[in-house]
Amino acid sequence: MNSPELQHAVEQFLYQQSELLDTKQWQAWIDLFTDDGVYWMPADPAHKHWDGVPSIFAEDKNLMAVRMKRVLHPDAWSQRPLWGTNHVVSNVVIEKASPNGDVVVRSRFHMMELRRDDVRHFAGSYRHDLTKVPYGYRIKLQRVDMTNAQAAYDYVLQVWV
Amino acid sequence: MLQERIADLSKFVEPDRVRREVYTDPGIFELEMQRIHERVWIYCGHESQVPKAGDYYAVQIGRQPMVMVRGNDGKVHVLYNRCPHRGNLMVGDRYGNAGEFFRCSYHSWTFQHDGRLRSIPMMESGYAGTPYGKEHPDCSMKRAARVENYRGFVFASLAKDGPTLKEFLGESRIAFDDMCDRAPEGEVEIVPNCFRVIQKSNWKIFLENQLDALHPSVTHQSTGRAAHEVEKEIEKKTGHAPLSYHMLSAFATVTIDKWDNFQTLNYPYGHCILTGYMGLRPKDPDTLAYEAVMEKAYGKKRTEEILAVNIHHVLIYPGLSVQSPLQQLRAVRPLGVDRTLTEIWHFRLKGAPEAIYRRSLAYYNLVNSPATLVNADDLENFWKCHQGLASEGGDWVSFARHFGRDVEKNGVVETAPSCGTSEAPMRNQMKAWARYMGNGK
Repeated sequence: MNSPELQHAVEQFLYQQSELLDTKQWQAWIDLFTDDGVYWMPADPAHKHWDGVPSIFAEDKNLMAVRMKRVLHPDAWSQRPLWGTNHVVSNVVIEKASPNGDVVVRSRFHMMELRRDDVRHFAGSYRHDLTKVPYGYRIKLQRVDMTNAQAAYDYVLQVWV
Repeated sequence: MLQERIADLSKFVEPDRVRREVYTDPGIFELEMQRIHERVWIYCGHESQVPKAGDYYAVQIGRQPMVMVRGNDGKVHVLYNRCPHRGNLMVGDRYGNAGEFFRCSYHSWTFQHDGRLRSIPMMESGYAGTPYGKEHPDCSMKRAARVENYRGFVFASLAKDGPTLKEFLGESRIAFDDMCDRAPEGEVEIVPNCFRVIQKSNWKIFLENQLDALHPSVTHQSTGRAAHEVEKEIEKKTGHAPLSYHMLSAFATVTIDKWDNFQTLNYPYGHCILTGYMGLRPKDPDTLAYEAVMEKAYGKKRTEEILAVNIHHVLIYPGLSVQSPLQQLRAVRPLGVDRTLTEIWHFRLKGAPEAIYRRSLAYYNLVNSPATLVNADDLENFWKCHQGLASEGGDWVSFARHFGRDVEKNGVVETAPSCGTSEAPMRNQMKAWARYMGNGK
């Protein structure tokens, strides 16, 4: 049984991460990852590891920096229209808590996106491999299994979900 | 109303411009499906997608739901995905295995993989005194009129007559030759994940963009600059950045004036080749190891010939865009006059080292995934184009860039030197379009 304090700390971390996405604080969001951290959205739910298979996202911090710099560029045409997201994260279950403070946590998310007049919904599960640092947690691997990842995309995803 | 417009279709296309209705008129779209997509050779899939008997993939040809299936006889068949009894789709999934035979979920009619009727429940009593039964053609699943395979790539045509696949492809065959020849074993196999992205625009807008050498440095400036900055930082830290950064940064470093150095070759039937690729043959250890494997398989001379093929894109009109040096392709499935599905596949070079697969995989993920760093801005343009074409602010779409400077040799239209940004590919596609639409009756 995990302590309520641990549960609370982990939940707060996940909420903070989604808040950074919704408020477009890209660099602060990237800083949540360890130096070798990876953000992964598999193309196939059966895939076990991000390396060497097709992925919707499979980004280390360098690629995250490319994505951030792209969306911040004044000529990122597809970013020009009104665009925003709203994430809700819930069902937070700590799968594994190691003595050194590292945590594996599963959760569910629902994201609504508005772009011009179009609303889209994305939902699925997160699995965070978190490492304990003096001031909280850092992400070693965030796996995002989106329920609608297998459906055809009406337009594309421009930033992380 | 429609009949009047049909008679007038020739007036919609001029050598250097096209009427906007060609992109926006639902009636013209229906005619295109009839006269182009449901007649010509359309790419269904690669035979390695259906390795075992009963394996199938659903595929849309024009407006027709089809199914590509591997038969018990080992052959790949393409059938209308329809039960001849009451019209039910025979397979409801995008892909799967049908087992020993197809079985309709409604009344349990069953069919061989080649479409022939296998059984109807209580057939003898149920159809006594009627002409219906195993031998009656209306009791079998209808087959595509023609199915052919070129080096593992399966195409179907829903018209009995017309050129053979080889004649149809002509020089654009190089898309598949270049891809397969780069494999030490001479063939490729599918990577079994398909990225599917819908464009809110007419199917022709995508095809015209594929060989538009003027757009990359404008449309993709943001990604090019971003990748270039990060590439420099990585180089400073580690001495060398992965090739994938170079592929992205080229959008910024190959400035707008340099794209004229490329060349397009335009063929009958609307196909087109864009030459030139940005540095796919570096001297890194992975490439050298791959070249050694190639030399073992083909010998030095032939290896040099294969690796010297310099292609950026091959467009096979009206439904396929192939990037052979990166082993990926995009199949175009028009869903409606203003909606187009692209199915994007990656292939593995049989016998090549893992590092070469991973190099093109990086491009597949970064450029062609649904979280693409590149196509996001293309799709934005396509949507805007389609919206603008619905406007009465003008009646024509212009393809006049470098018009009159093309060089025609033996039916092949080549762009002149330093005219790589010519709109010759669009002119050539529309020429083919007008011919198909005019000869449709």
